[in-house]
Amino acid sequence: MIRNRSRTPVPHALAALATLALAGALAGPATAYDVYVSNERDNTISVIDGESLEVVDTIEVGQRPRGISLGRDGDVLYIATGDDDRVEALDLETGRVIHNLPSGPDPELMAFGAEGRRLYIANEDDNMVTVVDVDTRDKLVEIPVGIEPEGMGVSPDGKWLVNTSETTNMAHFIDTETLEIGANVLVDTRPRVAQFTPDGAEVWVSAEIGGTVSVIDVESKAIVEKITFEIAGLRPESIQPVGIAHAADGERTYVALGPSARVAVVDQTSFEVLDYLLVGPRVWNLAISPDGKRLFTTNGVSGDVSVIDLETDRVIESVKVGRLPWGVVVRP
Amino acid sequence: MVPRSSNAPSPSPRRSPRPRAALAAASLLVAVASATPSVSPVLAADPLEVRVARLTVGGESQLPLSLLDSRIEDPGAAGAELGLEDNLTTGGFLGHEYALEHVTLEPAGEGAGARGIGGTTPVADPAEAADAARSLVDAGTALLLVDLGARALLAVADAVPEALVLNVRAPDDALRDADCRANLLHVVPSRAMLADALAQYLAFKRWDRAALVVGRHDEDAAFADAFERAAERFGVELVERREWTREPGARRTDSGHLTEQSEIPTFTRLPDHDVLVAADEGDEFGEYLAYRTEDPRPVVGTQGLVPTLWSRTHEQWGATQIQRRFEALADRPMTPRDQAAWLGMRAIGEAVTRTSAADPETLRAHLLGTDFALAGFKGVPLSFRDWNGQLRQPVLLSGERMLVSVSPQEGYLHQFSELDTLGLDRPESACEAFDP
Repeated sequence: MIRNRSRTPVPHALAALATLALAGALAGPATAYDVYVSNERDNTISVIDGESLEVVDTIEVGQRPRGISLGRDGDVLYIATGDDDRVEALDLETGRVIHNLPSGPDPELMAFGAEGRRLYIANEDDNMVTVVDVDTRDKLVEIPVGIEPEGMGVSPDGKWLVNTSETTNMAHFIDTETLEIGANVLVDTRPRVAQFTPDGAEVWVSAEIGGTVSVIDVESKAIVEKITFEIAGLRPESIQPVGIAHAADGERTYVALGPSARVAVVDQTSFEVLDYLLVGPRVWNLAISPDGKRLFTTNGVSGDVSVIDLETDRVIESVKVGRLPWGVVVRP
Repeated sequence: MVPRSSNAPSPSPRRSPRPRAALAAASLLVAVASATPSVSPVLAADPLEVRVARLTVGGESQLPLSLLDSRIEDPGAAGAELGLEDNLTTGGFLGHEYALEHVTLEPAGEGAGARGIGGTTPVADPAEAADAARSLVDAGTALLLVDLGARALLAVADAVPEALVLNVRAPDDALRDADCRANLLHVVPSRAMLADALAQYLAFKRWDRAALVVGRHDEDAAFADAFERAAERFGVELVERREWTREPGARRTDSGHLTEQSEIPTFTRLPDHDVLVAADEGDEFGEYLAYRTEDPRPVVGTQGLVPTLWSRTHEQWGATQIQRRFEALADRPMTPRDQAAWLGMRAIGEAVTRTSAADPETLRAHLLGTDFALAGFKGVPLSFRDWNGQLRQPVLLSGERMLVSVSPQEGYLHQFSELDTLGLDRPESACEAFDP
């Protein structure tokens, strides 16, 4: 296990060479990146090398780590440790938690403002969104929202924060200037994740129990499409959309379907479901590599991360991580 | 790839032609824009008023047999209150106002009640319950959560056929069978559902020989009957059914354990069995069984490993959140009756949210329709069976201190929903009130 890995390109080049020697062929030097996975049950963060697809480090953090977000300079990983009622700041150079943020009770998911300084935190227990300045580490304000706030998404232009509330079944549009709710959109039962499309025109909201993804037009705040999923041989109750990842080129969107162990491949423009890829059971969250070539999925029940080649839409690797892997981010 | 345009010609969705225009138009209706949503919703000129009443019976419940359980006055009221709060939060964003009235009837007798749903508890007079319901409906409250026994519940349902009545207490199978009513929906699982949940687990464990010990009340016999039916369905052999007839004495005595230590081994001298099933909804002797049986066998049923709607041991699928919210409100753990009342309020709230209506007819149609999905912290959507009005739901199997399992167990398949392997399935129910 390597803990204090340098971020200079040298070790990656070496790793690439090593891979070359082992595999015998490699198209070209891939962009180096790491994949961070929070393991809810193990209280750890697994670090996967994006090239070798091996776990290169396992870092102990606070209790029940779920949502993870990368700081604006890419050197700090913020971890919502729900049972410790805080957000931990993990220095990725040293692998140590350097400080905690005042998150409010039971933080679950977070999102950074476009400026990278404000961190918006969903407090699942408290019907609040807490806004924290990560530089001063001060809690700026608490915004009352619906029951059991969960998903957090910030529009690319930074104007809107969308928070979902699991029992109120709404997507709350919060104006990031006034920090007040500007609109509420009713979606299907138990909304989980909110993700803006790369152009910021839409926000997609998954409903775990409702089994749908609502596509909301940001300008009109109207639902323009409800995407449904159907997998032959699987009962509808097992199809529970949670994680959403939009490809940056605007072509496709990937939706994690929970207990069904599938990831849906959706056309971002026509909303048509093109394919279902078999990963691991209770697939929760997703992240796309910086080069757009790979998708990483956290599979809670099987305790692994599936790696999908997005050029062929095939699962190419399954990486064993800790117990109940939950959040995943990619660090370029 | 299609480049995304940020200067779409109109505020309507940017992609056209839109293949599902009808759906888009319908969806527009549910978007609500408002500057201060919790104070003055802009869409509704007059807020929609949703009036719910919860009907229960007063009087003191019996002291629990275990010292670890405290006597709770009116379990269920706080669950309804939490459901009201949750509905008010959602309603605040939509211009829907909710009111909850508690009506407590004078006790007129005693019944065993359902353990885990109540303990031995006072029973209401059916005629009084019917009168109370009639007054509520005449005064404009036609959505009723009824926390009463089967007889009073049926009297209520029959007295107010135009109202929507949600059963949050009575587990009686007859109410889901020949005694069903069109205006009566059941939030709590029936005894058949509880017994099926337990028998599936016994079959999964291959504990396939069961001995049954049954208390002196009709309710105990009903639980035992439900278990017999379930045992046959899931291949568990019943080696003997034995009655416990002793009258319960004082529940708190010095050196009381000596009596049980000599009595229980004699009582549990039964043919070879893997598991001992207690049918003691009144909580009169079931707690005495564990560790005192003639053969070392686990105790399941109404005590020991218990099939139940809710337990403090449950924390999965987000249940932690409602357990904490409830404890912050009521300062005690949530009981199954609280959870049933919460589910009843939330079912009404969900139907109001989706239909923007508050009349029983519209709400009933939505609740029984295929679009209804209630999140009940069980990992799957809950919905109502359209043949007898029973809420389809997983059943928890809880030990005293930990959750053990959740039924339906894996491998019990069903052509429509695996949840329908619990309780009276469409072909089995004699209910005709729901026939189209």
